[in-house]
Amino acid sequence: MATVGRLARIARLGTSICKNHRLYFNRSTQRRGIASCVDPAHGLTDEQKEFQKVAFDFAANEMTPHMAEWDQKEIFPVETMRKAAQLGFGGIYVQPEVGGSGLSRLDTSVIFEALSTGCVSTTAYISIHNMCAWMIDTFGNNEQRERFCPDLCMMEKFASYCLTEPGSGSDAASLLTTAKLKGDHYILNGSKAFISGGGDTDVYVVMCRTGGKGPKGISCLVVEKGTPGLSFGKKEKKVGWNSQPTRAVIFEDCAVPVINRLGEEGQGFSMAMKGLNGGRINIASCSLGAAHASVQLARDHLLVRKQFGETLSNNQYLQFKLAEMATKLVASRLLVREAATALQENRPDAVSLCSMAKLFATDECFNICNDALQMHGGYGYLKDYAVQQFVRDIRVHQILEGTNEVMRMIISRNLLTES
Amino acid sequence: MSGRVLVGVKRVIDYAVKIRVKPDNSSVVTDGVKHSMNPFCEIAVEEAVKMKEKKIIKEVVVVSCGPQQAQETIRTALAMGADRGIHVEVTGKDYEQLGPLQVSKIMAALAKKEDAQLIILGKQAIDDDCNQTGQMTAALLDWPQGTFASELTMEGDKIKVVREIDGGLETVKINTPAVITADLRLNTPRYATLPNIMKAKKKKIANLKPADLEVDITSRLEVLRVDEPPQREAGVKVETVDDLVARLKEAGRI
Repeated sequence: MATVGRLARIARLGTSICKNHRLYFNRSTQRRGIASCVDPAHGLTDEQKEFQKVAFDFAANEMTPHMAEWDQKEIFPVETMRKAAQLGFGGIYVQPEVGGSGLSRLDTSVIFEALSTGCVSTTAYISIHNMCAWMIDTFGNNEQRERFCPDLCMMEKFASYCLTEPGSGSDAASLLTTAKLKGDHYILNGSKAFISGGGDTDVYVVMCRTGGKGPKGISCLVVEKGTPGLSFGKKEKKVGWNSQPTRAVIFEDCAVPVINRLGEEGQGFSMAMKGLNGGRINIASCSLGAAHASVQLARDHLLVRKQFGETLSNNQYLQFKLAEMATKLVASRLLVREAATALQENRPDAVSLCSMAKLFATDECFNICNDALQMHGGYGYLKDYAVQQFVRDIRVHQILEGTNEVMRMIISRNLLTES
Repeated sequence: MSGRVLVGVKRVIDYAVKIRVKPDNSSVVTDGVKHSMNPFCEIAVEEAVKMKEKKIIKEVVVVSCGPQQAQETIRTALAMGADRGIHVEVTGKDYEQLGPLQVSKIMAALAKKEDAQLIILGKQAIDDDCNQTGQMTAALLDWPQGTFASELTMEGDKIKVVREIDGGLETVKINTPAVITADLRLNTPRYATLPNIMKAKKKKIANLKPADLEVDITSRLEVLRVDEPPQREAGVKVETVDDLVARLKEAGRI
């Protein structure tokens, strides 16, 4: 670590001399999608380009300047997210009659990709919030939709998605939280783990066991904060995603009214999986945004940093490396957008495509961000430079919303099942 | 004062792009380069939309002169709250030579045609930095002008304009109809919201040619050459103050 110490001293000198323009330069203007072949506007309709522009502008003005602070101080940026909600980002694919924006899955992917360039962690939370709002909009009855969706779309209230438990992650259908019917209430007992927003959010979409073993015994209940018997674990300390709190959600004889059940008993698991299809596209889109920003940062660094008498951009290895990064980024983007279109159109290949897109994009984009960090040399390791935060923030995308191993299970099952 | 406001918007190379000069020094590279609405035009649109929200004016009509892509810029303004657009189609060589004189003739003709009570423009475009269109438009229409506006207040049918000038701030009161040009601190342009972007799709954009307005857009200027700014050269170290003074005299600086 001695070399890092020396580098740190040199870097500190360097940054103090050119602190104003170098760091500012590093953050503010570079994510505007300028380098041509990776421009995320290619292939979009004029209207989608407008959505993308708003999202990029919002990310550059409202998120990029605070991304590092939110990460270091673990701030949940409620006001910024509410500003985003005023633009329509609170319920992007929720229907307009309950306050949503009524856009397509592809529009949504484009928006989250652009927002992610400003802060991955916050955008990822916004996408989880959107997924919950969509589940209530799609599977709830009119009374439930009117009760919950308008507040969620405006982010007057925030939502969390509760499926994972300490004993059931990939094997989600083996969840143990029970919901026993008693009169007009379900009594919930059990706990959920790793819940994004847990403790700070108002509405919890909870998958719990009302029936027997396996997926068919699972139902979906909406639990509101303040319900007696609902409590939270300690805030987890994470490598990234620090602008959203993560806590265990604990139910101890927590009584939830039957009118808070979405759909019928036994439909909960299927709802959860349908929610996750979209969730996977959203998370993959967040990875795309991080990779895009990282490619921009790496490109700009190569054009500025000199070693051996010339800029790094003259080095063939780095040129080729950058080309590979750009190619994988565009390939990932195309797969994610195709999956979004397939889901929107309810195509038979939608589920596998969503899994493939999540698998491919999260893996490749993590590598892209990691390579971009490497290109920055010692500077890439400093928290003054944004690239390390992109790496840390998107690492978890390969794990949650279905691990990339589970994605392989889904895809291989599709290939190997005799039909 | 009620009625119609005309807002001119220009599609320019995005402010964050690094400009490159074509190898033949004829102009800058625009092909494949990211373009967006001139930032001062955004401020002009925002001011007009705010006036409509305060019910000071009834309709905001957005105008842009240029090729097909100018419609993207008009759509952005519609998404911010303008009511309808007018695209004056100018393409090819005509577009390359389109300057403030031609645009101001078009704006003046449209102001008469649309019976506008107010024209709001950005103070200048960030590509040519001319800072002439507003002033020329006012002269052609013989209307008063409030340029470099950082604050606008309606007072009956007059407008009080606080102008940013070199010496500080100057306040003038002008009659309407008038031409205003927007400066940086006039307002902070809003983000378009997703619902407004979708509503903008349904708003109308009329297509016109300069000939339809009986405007002659031939240029009176010929661009001879475009060059990059000179590269910054290395400095020279001097030992004494006398040496410094001698060097400065030599360079003709003092």
